[in-house]
Amino acid sequence: MPEFADIPGTSVFNGNRARQGYHLNQFCMSLMKAANRERFLADEAAYLAEWRLTERQRQAVVDRDYGALLTQGGNIFFILKIAATDGRSVQSVVASFTGQTQEEYAAMMVAGGRAAVGLRSILRGI
Amino acid sequence: MAAITAGVGSSHVPAIGAAQDNGKLGDAYWKPIFAGYDWSRHWIDNAKPDVVILVYNDHASAFSQDVIPTFAIGCAESFAPADEGWGPRPVPVVEGHPELAWHITQSLILAEFDMTIMNRMDVDHGLTVPLSLMFGAPDAWPAKVIPLAVNVIQYPPPTANRCYKLGEAIAAAVASYPGDLNVQVWGTGGMSHQLTGTRAGLINTPFDTMFLDKLTADPAALRSLSHADYVREAGSEGMELVMWLIMRGALGRDAGELHRFYHVPASNTAVGHIVLVPEP
Repeated sequence: MPEFADIPGTSVFNGNRARQGYHLNQFCMSLMKAANRERFLADEAAYLAEWRLTERQRQAVVDRDYGALLTQGGNIFFILKIAATDGRSVQSVVASFTGQTQEEYAAMMVAGGRAAVGLRSILRGI
Repeated sequence: MAAITAGVGSSHVPAIGAAQDNGKLGDAYWKPIFAGYDWSRHWIDNAKPDVVILVYNDHASAFSQDVIPTFAIGCAESFAPADEGWGPRPVPVVEGHPELAWHITQSLILAEFDMTIMNRMDVDHGLTVPLSLMFGAPDAWPAKVIPLAVNVIQYPPPTANRCYKLGEAIAAAVASYPGDLNVQVWGTGGMSHQLTGTRAGLINTPFDTMFLDKLTADPAALRSLSHADYVREAGSEGMELVMWLIMRGALGRDAGELHRFYHVPASNTAVGHIVLVPEP
């Protein structure tokens, strides 16, 4: 999908990512049940051991490293369930991908967001 | 006979639902967003749809990575608000219209749209936030709802053109229903936003404005945009805008605009809202 690779700072959740992240995303899905959230928070290591995660995926969950969760095949709407379990806001997770602090990111959004100019195409520089 | 009398486009930002559920509607941040729907809440009090066909996307609530239907239609008697990780929203259970839903399903499949039939489904913020924006916080939703879930999370989603054609097929299905029903079609999601990558926080107001303009002026132009066009201009999650084209396709060739609202931001997202009516 070269046309997507040409869009700066952007990825789409394609089949390769789905294959890579299947077990990670299904773990996240389990956190939709309150009883599972409680069990996970009470003993994260034991809960995570029940899932077929790679070591890098497991560590990214433990570290709440959302950037690493994405590169390890996590889908944003699935990994946000970890944030919900922690009571952390969506916007703070999104800000963590940008290199900005949460405060800087929130201020940018209030000021109108990140303009598309220069961020549409690497090749065309538009 | 049943008729589609209006189309509504609306963002479905989860934080809007959280603001309502936590009594923050009066806050300076959220107040203008709800105010932008004041006209529409008054309008829909009079328009009184019997049924809303509500096009939205599930956000890993009803559908895990086990099963990912491109188009799924809710044929159940009712749909419970989903627990998305912080408990279900304290909003009314969504009452379905199984008779019309089954009629539409049969009609769509015979029109060569291979629908997934949902006899049980919880509905997440993608469906309940537009209901809250349009109806406020009633004890029961004042219309029956037929959820129509579209995959826009696992690439590739259906194309913009395919979505428009599904809307046309929905219109034909509703028109052939023997009962007397006032039906609206809502398309939700968008507008420009991106939740991952260093480009997260993208807002493209010129593109969003063009999209709103062309819903009435030139919908063919929106049908012809590719997935890459939508992602490039509206952000990776701005791809949700293809769902608005199901609504637009259901209104027929010509449509008129009754109301529009646009606001930046709600959390990470540009909020867009439009009310359209078919022009025969």
